[in-house]
Amino acid sequence: MIVHQFLILAAALFAMGVYGLLVRRNIVLILLSVELMLNAVNINLIAFESMLATPQAIGQVFAIFVITVAAAEVGIGLAIVLMIFRNRRSANVDDLNLMRW
Amino acid sequence: MSFFVDTAGIMLVTPLMAFLAILAVGKRMKHKGGEIAVAALAVNLVWATVLFVMNMTEGVLDQTTFEIARIGSGLVFELGWVVDGLSIMMFFLVNLVGLLVFIYALGYMHGDVRVPWFFAAFSLFAGSMLILVGAPNLVQLIIGWEGVGLASYFLIGFYWDDLDNVKAGNKAFLTNKVGDVGLVLGAIILGVTIGTFDFASLAEAATEHAEALGAVAVVGGLLLFFGAMGKSAQFPLHIWLPDAMAGPTPVSALMHAATMVTAGIYLMARVFPLFENLAEEVRPLMVAIGAITLFAIGLLALVANDIKKVLAYSTVSQLGYMMTAVAAGGYTAGLFHLFTHAFFKALLFLGAGAVIHAVHSNDLSDMGGLRKHMPTTYWTFLVGSLALAGIFPFSGFWSKDEILATLGTEGYTAVMWIAIAGAFVTAFYMTRCVALTFFGTFKGHGTPHEAPRLMTGPLIGLAIPSILIGAANIPGVDWPGIGNFTDWLGVRVVAMGDHHAEGIDYALAGIGLGAALAGIAIGWLIYGKDRSTQEERDRFEVPGLFPLLRRKYYVDDVALGLVGATSGPVARFVDWTNTYILDGIVNAVGGATKFLGGIVYNGVDQIVVDGIFNGLSAAADGAGSVLRRLQTGRVQQYASGFVGGVLILVVLFVFVI
Repeated sequence: MIVHQFLILAAALFAMGVYGLLVRRNIVLILLSVELMLNAVNINLIAFESMLATPQAIGQVFAIFVITVAAAEVGIGLAIVLMIFRNRRSANVDDLNLMRW
Repeated sequence: MSFFVDTAGIMLVTPLMAFLAILAVGKRMKHKGGEIAVAALAVNLVWATVLFVMNMTEGVLDQTTFEIARIGSGLVFELGWVVDGLSIMMFFLVNLVGLLVFIYALGYMHGDVRVPWFFAAFSLFAGSMLILVGAPNLVQLIIGWEGVGLASYFLIGFYWDDLDNVKAGNKAFLTNKVGDVGLVLGAIILGVTIGTFDFASLAEAATEHAEALGAVAVVGGLLLFFGAMGKSAQFPLHIWLPDAMAGPTPVSALMHAATMVTAGIYLMARVFPLFENLAEEVRPLMVAIGAITLFAIGLLALVANDIKKVLAYSTVSQLGYMMTAVAAGGYTAGLFHLFTHAFFKALLFLGAGAVIHAVHSNDLSDMGGLRKHMPTTYWTFLVGSLALAGIFPFSGFWSKDEILATLGTEGYTAVMWIAIAGAFVTAFYMTRCVALTFFGTFKGHGTPHEAPRLMTGPLIGLAIPSILIGAANIPGVDWPGIGNFTDWLGVRVVAMGDHHAEGIDYALAGIGLGAALAGIAIGWLIYGKDRSTQEERDRFEVPGLFPLLRRKYYVDDVALGLVGATSGPVARFVDWTNTYILDGIVNAVGGATKFLGGIVYNGVDQIVVDGIFNGLSAAADGAGSVLRRLQTGRVQQYASGFVGGVLILVVLFVFVI
């Protein structure tokens, strides 16, 4: 079985995620970019699982774990965003400059 | 049953735990901590009674010690407890009399000042005495000895609001210290020479290696005797005991009965083999001092107006009897008198306390006629007086008769006659005391009432043994199964060369009893009649003698004058050396230190040490002010740095390695 196309897809998704993370100014979009990167990893995990001599669904199990953790992370992340927005009327990361010298 | 033997040491600890417990929580309890003190002694009495009965039937001999320190390879310091006939007798005595006195004190001290402190110090007093009598060696004995001295100082000066009481406490403490010097020196001399402080080894050395010890034993024995003179109030170190009446009456009762003053006699009995075999040269001196004490100090009770002082002088006199007996070789005779005396003297003091409680005065001139107002106190006091006077069949008769017999058989005939004369004096002054207190009409103020049950109970509890326990040691009588007092006391590691009479010497007993009865009869003729005032009743006077007695043979004056005359110049000399020599040295050392300190401060500390630390902190400060600019607060800048770092690593891993 050929895995290149999956790996290329995953790399493309990951690159998009990194790009979004670095250039987007809206926190919600930054969180979405992080999700994109996590999904790229999931694709990688499942693709490599299919290459094992005796497939045991380890990759799938890991992917499920990652999805679960990602869901929890997004839950907390969005809650933080909500609180920040309520307090500062903005979801722009450039406005969040309290943690500096 | 050996459980009680193995755990006998518990008796040495419980009163001390009670001491701490009362100080901690006594204030919040109903009887202000008195119940803790009573409970501690009640627990002890269980042990003491079991041991006493065991010793009666089979004899108990045991010793448990723990090493606490060691000098070089030889001299070992140990703490522990010894269980033998002598210590069991004392355990029983201290705990039984102590318990009764403590119960009495619950009533006597009710509503008084500082009651928790009283019971705490009282527990310490009893506990120190138990440490003393349980001591297996001279070191622990000294610890208990000093503990007793300290606790007695607290208790004699208990009403410290009055300066006189503080002075009485000081006098007791300092007079005791004079004797203590002898005790400590004697202990050191004997301990270092023999190589151990252990009593059993001491006794063995005294019996088996007599000639090797030689003069050391004489000197050591003399010094120990000097220590015993201080604690047991032998002439001329007796001066503290009458003043010790300043404390509350239960303290006087315990101090005169089972604790404190018996310590000296106990010490003599403990090291009895030493005097028996080695220090024989000392014995006539000891007998002489005991004889002076028993007669001359007994006379002082004739002129005392304070009921407690009458009893105090009689205690000194009875201690003279004990010392004379032990010194003459009557190990059992002396200790048996100690045993019976503890009961009836505690009884007399507690009775006097009840009287004082009722008439609010110590003075015989405020009393009279109390027989009708206080029947229980009267009857028990009468029992104690008859026992003290040595009237058949009260306990005092048997123990005093035994002392007389010992003195007779040991060849101290003159001293024996002095002791008989002493018995006459004892009966005489006790008749005076009883007549002036309980007969005639009441001369004080108000209406006296009988003491509460908490106080009369112990009186009755002490009156019964005062009547009966003489039977424990009737010469020639062996009670089936338990033997007699002589057998109980003979349970020691080394056999005591005791001189116990095999049968009653009826002639001697008759003379002794006759002297006592004569004392009572003459005393009653002089003091028995009621008159308008107590002073009228107490008008009997022996020209020449009584003025001397009122000045207490000038012993107090001489002692105080001696102390005053010597301590003044010594104190001034010490003050001078202190100001000019010691202070000079101290100031010179201080100045030099200050100068050196200045050099070190300015040269080393300010420049080198401070320089290093200031430089380090300046470097950290500068680095911080530059590097903190990296902390921009922009999340995406950090993320860029992170991604860039990962990319560099990827390039490294993929293309370089």
